[in-house]
Amino acid sequence: MRREGKIQVWQDYQKEIADDHYFYVRSCIRQNFFPGAEQTFLKILRSELNKDIYENPHHTSCSGIGYHSDIVPFDTIQTVVARQFALMTEAGYQNLAVSCITSFGIYNEIIETWKEFPAELEKVRNFLKTATGREFEIPQNVSHASDIVYKFRHRITDKAKHKLVNQQTGKPLKIVEHIGCHYSKMFPSKGVGGAEFPHVLVGMIESWGGEVVDYPERRHCCGFGFRQYLVMSNRGYSVSNSKKKFESMAPYKPDAIVSNCPGCPMFLDRWQYVIEEMEGKTYGENGQGIPVLTYEEMAGLVLGYNPWDMGLQMHQTNVEPLLDKMGIQYDPDLKYAGKDGKIIGNPMMVGCGC
Amino acid sequence: MKLYLELTKDVRFTEGLRSCMNCGICTAICPAAEFYDYDPRIIASIIQSKDEKRIEELLKSDTIWYCGECMSCKTRCPRGNTVGLIIMALRSLSQELGYFAESEKGRQQLAIKRVIGENIIYKGYCVLPENLVPEMHPEQGPVGEWIYENKEKVYERVGANYKGDGEGALRKIPQESLDEISRIFEITGGYDRFEKIEHFSKMKAESMGFSENEDNYSDYVNHIFTTNNGKHNRQ
Repeated sequence: MRREGKIQVWQDYQKEIADDHYFYVRSCIRQNFFPGAEQTFLKILRSELNKDIYENPHHTSCSGIGYHSDIVPFDTIQTVVARQFALMTEAGYQNLAVSCITSFGIYNEIIETWKEFPAELEKVRNFLKTATGREFEIPQNVSHASDIVYKFRHRITDKAKHKLVNQQTGKPLKIVEHIGCHYSKMFPSKGVGGAEFPHVLVGMIESWGGEVVDYPERRHCCGFGFRQYLVMSNRGYSVSNSKKKFESMAPYKPDAIVSNCPGCPMFLDRWQYVIEEMEGKTYGENGQGIPVLTYEEMAGLVLGYNPWDMGLQMHQTNVEPLLDKMGIQYDPDLKYAGKDGKIIGNPMMVGCGC
Repeated sequence: MKLYLELTKDVRFTEGLRSCMNCGICTAICPAAEFYDYDPRIIASIIQSKDEKRIEELLKSDTIWYCGECMSCKTRCPRGNTVGLIIMALRSLSQELGYFAESEKGRQQLAIKRVIGENIIYKGYCVLPENLVPEMHPEQGPVGEWIYENKEKVYERVGANYKGDGEGALRKIPQESLDEISRIFEITGGYDRFEKIEHFSKMKAESMGFSENEDNYSDYVNHIFTTNNGKHNRQ
């Protein structure tokens, strides 16, 4: 499609993102694999942008992984989600900030279901009242956390300590952006830029000096597939889909991959290690892997945060090649240190391509 | 029971199947169709035929368990159908009737219930660090093993509040909140779903020669978690 056409599609998918006062709901996957990314997001909002973002300790999983692996019925997840909304209502908030793409898709699916089938909404109100005594309002605004970073990307640029630029060559770093499927494939109007040309990560990358890689399998799923990863004997599905993407992006020599979904970066990170173990194949430069970041981590690097404070040591594929290109100073001896500065222990073999 | 009629009671089915013209765009975009012997176009075709016998076969087959629910089909269908939603309605009905236990892929629901389902009820999360046992998750690699072996220190280092009170990543969910989740499961059919998965799995396990012993069919759970007959993939 010509650029003019893309601009037209983009204009069709503007989305409103709340400006302040967010009720934050965490991600099961991100808490397990990239907890530092969530901390980084909150730090950026509170310390850099002076925004009000509230987390209620009583909120739970939305149960979305259970729902999409089909052990949790629709009535049940609707009511669990209604309880999250009740906590938000009781705290006086109207804007939901969602850490997880699966949850984001579910919140949108359920709110749209209630619009389409009002009887479902009434049923769920009764369920929640009976089970918990709680009542709720539907959020006025549902934004994924990446939407919020996107909205304030220029303010982050203003505070940037580093750019997505190769400090040795002066050229923009080539970044693959991977959008989690449930961000906008189900409800294109709920995502910045829609499903075909999502702009949420593109906007960040370009604002911070990088260049987006456009490759054939750019919109292909990472291969999570819920039950296709959760059950050991199904995982061939998951790694095969990630491999399809790696094979497609590798000729463009990307410097990094960034994702807005909690699960996708874990798979794109871990499956590089698995493919190297199985086939001896790596997709980055000099026999190394392609570093994989969450968007919070990418924003944190731009803002000059310590990579190990953000948890980049929890990645299997080494991130150092990217840090070196960006000219970021880090202490390799503290990579596996604990809060007290003492080494916790070194993984037996570290990173993809080591 | 009229199976098609049962499906129409699920709003996801109503949303998922409007009028399929069998163009096959869903199959072209489908990650599962590329990997498995799976064709979402045929799913829509069978359902649209309202052929009860073929729908029953589908409910008992591996086929409905191949979808990854990525919902890529939703984006591209020119008629606004979503085979992923039809699949979710089929899987719900298959579990309701116990048909899931008739296929290798369907039987895996017990393993998912035992891990993800019980995590939600007892801990308030779908996934927990304790689940990532290296033997069951070799894909997590040496770094994953390092995290698993040093959970408290690693999570503390990156600012999580692992098993702690108050807010933060991986915090302990208060018991009163878990009690509310439990009551939600009780009155919305969540526990009914769990009990059906357990009940029909137990019957199947015994018919396959597994016994309960003292470990609640753990040999059977291990079997369904790791078994792959190698006949699922597109040739």
